[in-house]
Amino acid sequence: MSVMTFLLRTRGTRRLHWTDVLCYLYLSLGVVVMFAPVLWLVMSSLKSEAALAQFPPTFLPYTQKSIIVPGNDKPLPLFSVTTDDGQHKVMAQVSRIGIMATLVDPAAPETRVKVNINQREPINELNFAWNNFKDLFDKFTFGTYLWNSVFITVVATALTLLFNSMAAFALSKYQFKGQKTVFLLIIATLMIPPTIILVPVFLVINQVGLLNSLWGVILPAVATPTGVFLLRQYMLTIPDELLEAARMDHASEWRIYWRIVLPLSAPALAVLAIFSVMWRWNDFLLPLIVLSKNESFTLQLALNSFQGELNTQWHYLLAMTVITLLPITLVFAFLQRHITTGIASAGVK
Amino acid sequence: MSNNITLQQQILDQQVKLVATLELRSLQKTFDRTRVIHDASLTVEHGEFVVFVGPSGCGKSTLLRLIAGLDTLTGGSVLIDGQEVNAISAADRGCAMVFQSYALYPHMTVYANMAFGLENAKVPRADIDRKVNEAATMLRLDHLLQRRPTQLSGGQRQRVAIGRAIVRNPKIFLFDEPLSNLDAELRVSMRTELRDMHHRLGATMIYVTHDQVEAMTMADKIVVLREGRIEQIGTPEALYKRPCNMFVAGFIGSPRMNLIPASALASSVAMARVLPPNTEHVGVRPEHWSLCEPGQGVSITIRASEYLGAQRLIHAELPDHTRVELLINDDIELTPGSVNAIKAEALHIHAFDANGHRIEETVA
Repeated sequence: MSVMTFLLRTRGTRRLHWTDVLCYLYLSLGVVVMFAPVLWLVMSSLKSEAALAQFPPTFLPYTQKSIIVPGNDKPLPLFSVTTDDGQHKVMAQVSRIGIMATLVDPAAPETRVKVNINQREPINELNFAWNNFKDLFDKFTFGTYLWNSVFITVVATALTLLFNSMAAFALSKYQFKGQKTVFLLIIATLMIPPTIILVPVFLVINQVGLLNSLWGVILPAVATPTGVFLLRQYMLTIPDELLEAARMDHASEWRIYWRIVLPLSAPALAVLAIFSVMWRWNDFLLPLIVLSKNESFTLQLALNSFQGELNTQWHYLLAMTVITLLPITLVFAFLQRHITTGIASAGVK
Repeated sequence: MSNNITLQQQILDQQVKLVATLELRSLQKTFDRTRVIHDASLTVEHGEFVVFVGPSGCGKSTLLRLIAGLDTLTGGSVLIDGQEVNAISAADRGCAMVFQSYALYPHMTVYANMAFGLENAKVPRADIDRKVNEAATMLRLDHLLQRRPTQLSGGQRQRVAIGRAIVRNPKIFLFDEPLSNLDAELRVSMRTELRDMHHRLGATMIYVTHDQVEAMTMADKIVVLREGRIEQIGTPEALYKRPCNMFVAGFIGSPRMNLIPASALASSVAMARVLPPNTEHVGVRPEHWSLCEPGQGVSITIRASEYLGAQRLIHAELPDHTRVELLINDDIELTPGSVNAIKAEALHIHAFDANGHRIEETVA
């Protein structure tokens, strides 16, 4: 109820104000622009290979009906044929040469009819090709890719939260010489595009022997300037008196960090966690250079490898893309409130 | 570690009466080349309730934080039980502090707030439970233990903050303006509660406030501070009766003492006390004036009268327009504009020299 009243709010109390009309038009346009491609992707991922190749494309996943006719090994596609005398007949197509198709009446398999292809219309039915998804797990080592991606995302996010919050704690709650300098240096690294340091990073990973290891993807990007900045700004708002009270309460510095500062930074940590999950899950470049063996591929790399030079199995590619999108969508759906409040309170975009 | 153990023993053994004395030896504190505490020296006996009072920015909170060990000193030393604690961390000094903002951990329940210090000292679970419950009963918080600080009223938060200090059986309690966030009524009742608690625990307490009424009503000993210097140390009575300088004279007592330039009192004959020749200012508290026959005292012109209930606060002027205030019984009515005469007993007339220092009455 409250959702509906929220969605249908208007400016005027009785009649629609012209700004309401404008507003809803604009918002609807936004919804279409934002959601149409995603919706198209989801629908397409449920199409069979043949349906994908169909032109003009359909929104819903239609496939042609087929029927097993005695005397033929394979199921034959069904057509609605307009006979010369204007009658409509359902027939199965045996073969087609040029503009002439050979059809057969399923009821009377013996008599074959030759018809101009313009005289027949395919009979379509709604058919969701769930096999696209099923096959991913059966035919390919999709499970491995998924596990690699999940492992990297979860472990890297946990490490990012831990290390960034420790750095932020020190930078926000301790007074020491060079504190500002250190902070500025960390922030300054934001100005270096990751592509520029890609080669040195690769060399280091190679030297350390982490090539083709998931840790080679996790470790280089654990400390992020954005994360340190975001958490530091938030931690500055935690009153020092709380820390002093804890110190008077005989708490060690680690305990102050773990029991006081960390729980109180939860909103900022949530934001960083969401960011980190997105970064890691969508990351392509770093895994691409670090992971070269098929069994250590992440989903993003696997997606890339599906796009072959000569042919692309679009139906699998699309299904995989949908699965790849799911976690981020879920994260957003459930943590949206935290994101907005967290971003607002952390004072960053 | 050894400190940990001694703390534990203290907590476990409640029978032992804690003896804690505090001594400050020419304490100094400088922030960025600004000196905020100049040479503060002070001795606090065991079980004393000492109040640091002074206008805002006088360094009283800083002094408290230096004692607690939250700030490092620039010079001098702090001694607790005769032992220098300059190098000992805040946690190990055996002090407990109640902050102005209470500084309760917002994400923990009342119980967890109070138990946190004991957990850190590695006190066994059962003992923590017992001590927290004892303190909660004493502070009437027992039904609130599972609440969060945000679900409590100001007075309740205040009591949790005090409870958090009590459970650790500290040697010295430090209070940093603990009542300033409460409403007037609650403040008065908390004042008596704190006094009661002090009697019950018999612990040494140091209390910082800017409110001289709080200081007067609660303290065994008041330390008046101004601009980082201790102006006077003494019992409330001593400070009231014999302020050592004009600042203390003006700060202690409400309404403020009248500080009248000696020159304004044209005829010192009118005063009951023979003023020393180097008197620059004469101080008389409003409540110590009494009306008298014209010619026997100082003549004043009434300007305004405030009705306070049992008393009236009269604003008046001396012949040379120096303002004076006097408190008189409410049954006397003085119409603005009328001319009257007032006098004060010799005992209540304070003389201050050019530097603002008190000139003691020479025993004739």
